[in-house]
Amino acid sequence: MKANPRDVNSGTYYMDGDVASGYGALAAGCRFIGGYPITPSTEAAETFARIAPKAGAVFIQMEDELASIASVMGASWSGVKTMTITSGPGYSLMMEAIGLGAMIEAPFVILNIQRGGPSTGVPTKTGQADMMQSRWGSHGDYEVIAISPDSPQELFDYTIKAFNLSEKYRCPVMIMADECVGHMSEKVVIPPAEEIEIEPRRFYDGPKEKYLPFKPDQDLVPKMVKAGDGYNLYITGLVHDEKGYPIKNQMEKGKRQKLPTRRLVDKIRLNADKIIELNEEGLDDADVVVVSYGISYRVAVRGIEKAREKGIKVGSLRLITVWPFPDKKINELASKVKAFVVPEINYGQIVFEVERCSHGQANVVLVPHGGAGVHNPDDIAEAIEYAVKEKKKIRKVIEWKTRLEKFVFEGGCKLNK
Amino acid sequence: MAEIRFAGYGGQGIIRSGIIVGKGASIYDNKFSTMNQAFGPEARGGACSSQVLLSDTKVLYPYVTVSDVLVAMSQEGYDMFEPELSDKGTLLIDEDLVKSKPIRGKIKSFSIPSTRLAEELGNRVFANVVMLGFFTAATKLVSKEGMEKAVADSVPERFIKLNLKAFQKGYDYYKE
Repeated sequence: MKANPRDVNSGTYYMDGDVASGYGALAAGCRFIGGYPITPSTEAAETFARIAPKAGAVFIQMEDELASIASVMGASWSGVKTMTITSGPGYSLMMEAIGLGAMIEAPFVILNIQRGGPSTGVPTKTGQADMMQSRWGSHGDYEVIAISPDSPQELFDYTIKAFNLSEKYRCPVMIMADECVGHMSEKVVIPPAEEIEIEPRRFYDGPKEKYLPFKPDQDLVPKMVKAGDGYNLYITGLVHDEKGYPIKNQMEKGKRQKLPTRRLVDKIRLNADKIIELNEEGLDDADVVVVSYGISYRVAVRGIEKAREKGIKVGSLRLITVWPFPDKKINELASKVKAFVVPEINYGQIVFEVERCSHGQANVVLVPHGGAGVHNPDDIAEAIEYAVKEKKKIRKVIEWKTRLEKFVFEGGCKLNK
Repeated sequence: MAEIRFAGYGGQGIIRSGIIVGKGASIYDNKFSTMNQAFGPEARGGACSSQVLLSDTKVLYPYVTVSDVLVAMSQEGYDMFEPELSDKGTLLIDEDLVKSKPIRGKIKSFSIPSTRLAEELGNRVFANVVMLGFFTAATKLVSKEGMEKAVADSVPERFIKLNLKAFQKGYDYYKE
């Protein structure tokens, strides 16, 4: 299905990533954003609030983040596409409800413009330390999709893709951008509506009395109806059967009951190949592969260029989709290369996923950064150089001592003995 | 590839200046540009800076490492970012607001009373646009036509004429 021309502000703009994401949401057909504006994501909320009314969409500034995400899920079950916009502290407050969103299979998008540090952190500076939280933040078994854009243009394009994925797989989709990308201004081309592909809501159109809200289609995703249209609906966070009614165990009175949690996990895992999008460059004869995402990818490219000037064969694997994680791809590369180098703006998150998938076949080097800035490309180049020379197999993640770490912490904190 | 830094106080239009240069280069001159901003929690009065990277190819690393041009509209901004300026760089200052140190290396230094000139036009809010005119003439990094279109595109419609006048004033000041 093509986008509605009413929702698409076609043209060439010079705008920041936050603003681009606001435009992207509307172009994707988003009808409602409930949010509690927070630096560095505020511009996205402001933009949507400004452009939404003309297209008949609504922005409501809720009283807090709990209400924001709850309103988004309610709106989603009422039949519209929805999103919420936040940053670290707000994201933490939303965690409980993300599990509910996965459980009631409400399609919605969360834009998280990551800031630096834990808690209030550094509101106006960048970080990439919410990556594991996006996957594991809520309790219980569920899967989500997370995307990591690297430019304002991508924040427009991938906001649309996030909506499409959430409709297709009926799960929370996280856009895990960071302050650097959110506040960076670049040229953004918004194409005409007829060039934008959007995924429509999958509505049930069978007889009313036969509708089962959690009976999956062949791809494990059930069809939806609009709450209030007269269907028998029971939507709960309790583990439920296909009718939506709570169940206590899988064997009751000798009859088999399917827990939905298996399907919540499998609908993403079994479709992972269709969901995952990667950007590969120079992998064929690489000795070292740099695995990066978001703004760290753009910084890493400069490091890669410097390492190549020294004759090192280094390839780049950019995770556009971070969750589900590209297990297969990393495992396949691990059998061919000497090492992975993973620069990220945290003290080690995705690097442990790389280590897990490499199964001890290749060394894994972390280039850390404490946040509120991006890497010095020289550090990445030097880590690559080290990784290609290291002959020993090292059975743990190797932390590269960056200039910043040496300067500020003399390489790391020391325990007083 | 050119790396440009604007520095001053919140409220002087420092970030807007970065946007206008970036827009002029990438939309009207068909180059690539990336603009980044840094500001404190205050809306006005706090130290503030923006950085623009211009290139003929896609900009990857998004921050200034060694600046080719420093535009300083406050003493604090000058003091903070002068060491970052290349030995062969270009320095542009508002001469009433910034006292510069002796010139080092082969730095080309130009000064303009941009805030005073803006006041002559009726309002000091034009100071950054006067400075942009001066910047355009002094550095020639972005075409005059591109910059004028970007200025017109970035201000409320009823102020376009005055802004273009301010731009021209800064541009002509360099020729003098």
